Amino acid sequence: MTLTNYLVLSGILFSIGAATVLLRRNAIIVFMGVELMLNATNLALVTFSRLHGDLTGQVMAFFVMVVAAAEVVVGLAIIVSIFRTRKSASVDDINLLKS
Amino acid sequence: MDVNSLAPLLVAVPLASAAVLLLLGRRSDRWGHWLGLLASTAAFVVGALLLVELLGRPADDRSIRVHLFDWISAGRFDLSAGLLVDPLSLTFVLLVTFVGSLIHLYSVAYMAHDAARRRFFAYLNLFIAAMLILVLADSYLLLFVGWEGVGLASYLLIGFWNHHTPYAVAAKKAFVANRVGDIGLLVALMLMFATFGSVDFASVSAGIDGGLASTATLTATGLMLLLAACGKSAQFPLQSWLGDAMAGPTPVSALIHAATMVTAGVYLIVRSAPVFEGAPTAQLVVTVVGAITLVFGAVVGCAKDDIKKALAASTMSQIGYMVLAAGLGPVGYAFAIFHLVTHGFFKAGMFLGAGSVMHGMDDQTDMRRFGALRKYMVITWVTFGLGWLAILGVPPFSGFWSKDKIIESAFVVPEGAGEWRAWLFGAVALIGAGITAFYMSRLFFMTFHGSKRWTKDADGHEPHPHESPALMTIPMIVLAIGSVGLGFVLQLGGGFTTWLEPVTGHVEHHEPVLPVLVIQVVTLLAVAIGLVLAWRQYASLPVPETAPEGSALTRAARVDLYQDAVNDAVLVEPGRHLTRSLVYGDRTAVDGTFTGLGRLTVGIGELVRRLQTGYARQYAATMLLGLVVLAVVVLAPRI
Repeated sequence: MTLTNYLVLSGILFSIGAATVLLRRNAIIVFMGVELMLNATNLALVTFSRLHGDLTGQVMAFFVMVVAAAEVVVGLAIIVSIFRTRKSASVDDINLLKS
Repeated sequence: MDVNSLAPLLVAVPLASAAVLLLLGRRSDRWGHWLGLLASTAAFVVGALLLVELLGRPADDRSIRVHLFDWISAGRFDLSAGLLVDPLSLTFVLLVTFVGSLIHLYSVAYMAHDAARRRFFAYLNLFIAAMLILVLADSYLLLFVGWEGVGLASYLLIGFWNHHTPYAVAAKKAFVANRVGDIGLLVALMLMFATFGSVDFASVSAGIDGGLASTATLTATGLMLLLAACGKSAQFPLQSWLGDAMAGPTPVSALIHAATMVTAGVYLIVRSAPVFEGAPTAQLVVTVVGAITLVFGAVVGCAKDDIKKALAASTMSQIGYMVLAAGLGPVGYAFAIFHLVTHGFFKAGMFLGAGSVMHGMDDQTDMRRFGALRKYMVITWVTFGLGWLAILGVPPFSGFWSKDKIIESAFVVPEGAGEWRAWLFGAVALIGAGITAFYMSRLFFMTFHGSKRWTKDADGHEPHPHESPALMTIPMIVLAIGSVGLGFVLQLGGGFTTWLEPVTGHVEHHEPVLPVLVIQVVTLLAVAIGLVLAWRQYASLPVPETAPEGSALTRAARVDLYQDAVNDAVLVEPGRHLTRSLVYGDRTAVDGTFTGLGRLTVGIGELVRRLQTGYARQYAATMLLGLVVLAVVVLAPRI
């Protein structure tokens, strides 16, 4: 089993995440797509770490996890707040800035 | 009292009076006209004192410069404001203040029913002050101040009844025509400054003697000075304003547009004698302009039915005589001024007479509606008649002594010029005298002789012509006395020419191409023919109440020989078209460019705005696409 398969899997996961973000309307699902993209990246980082034989990639993966955790907290809070005021979680309804 | 303290008073007194009358406003309504009269008379008294002072001096000591104050001091250019009291300026001072005072007196009665009489007197005083600055100035620049001052006063007085639109338009027309002449004076000033580094009479004269200026420069300066003179003195081709200027009250026409201001051009030419002496071409042009205007005014005068406009045409023609004489050089200067003085008397007298007639005839000015007035207005008839004989040049009245001398001078061959000049200008002056006799007699007979042709008012009442009050007849009588005797008195023993000699220079007697006696007889013959023709047509035959169609020349003369039409076609219309095309160009090209730029920016913004849909997913897609493109760009060279 070569490391290439991991990278291919990582690419597939990233594409699924990106497609989710672009195509789905529900903010929660979009959020899940973002998480999927982040974790696909983590997989790629870890794979490269193994490939190069040093720990830099794994360290980067930890950083990404921490940032992702923080991002989830803030992001979910925003989504909840928007849902409370606009009674909708659709990203297409969030267009107040458009005059 | 010496000259130094007296001369400034000449200007200061009328100026102060004008300021008081204008600043106090209605509060001075009750006594304002008397103050105006007093100021003008005081100026005359000062002028008379100066005359006594000057006569007490030897002839070569009669030119006194009075320093007033340092005016402009800038580097090389140092100019002080000063007055020049010499025989020429003093002659003008006496004419302006004497005739001016009489006309002030006349106006007290003439304007009695006008609510703005006080303002009228303020303007008259302003005019007197400006005119005195003009003639007393010792430099062209100070002269220019007075020059503009009289232009302003003339504008204010022509448009005195400016609630009547045509009068306001006439005032504007006079102002604009004068402005054209002023450009000439300004350019002449600049030329003099560039050439001599100074603009006072003495320096310019000294500079010319010192050979600082080429003939070309002097010719240019002379022509520019002539342009200025044409504007102010209503000479061809800037004469069109004078006829319309009769819109002002009659005393204004008498003082400003007959006796004094319009003669400023003649003064300018005579004062600039050194310039013209060095520029024979400019001098010839002066003579030609004078000759053209002389005939032009006379022809127009023959066709006008409005008594004031006929007199205005005659003024134009008489000033043409003066300009012609001034163009003849030293031989004519003294006679130009001599005629100017006598003309000032008889023409002012006739204008006041015309005012008196209008006063009695309910402001009618159409001579075809006068007739037979001699029985009703005896004093006006007699005084007007004396002025009429004077302008005709009948001996021994004033006009004979001055006009005859001009005609004689015109017949003199100028030095270094062909004999044709003497014959041409002499003949023009002579024919002019004949036409003058015709149109002035026409005016006189139509007004005072023949049968009644008065208009009835709406209720069918005829006007009741009556003699004017004493305040009006006294000035007329005084001026009539001047019309009779002034010329004879002044020419006694060549008195007037000798008096002016320090300024105009001594001239040896030149023989005209014809014997003097022949010229005199022929002139009188021309005058007699004109008079008899006018008598036949306008006194013995009935005068039609409405003007007959007349010949082509008559019709042309009625509209000032199409001068207004020509001005309209050559200047006004092209100017209007130019303005219109400029406005069009401004609106389309200039405004178009900038509004176009604005529109373009707005349009681009409008297009770009479409990209901002408000859909977060679309933004995300754009970002992704951008990243992919970036990745491709960065990575592509490495593969």
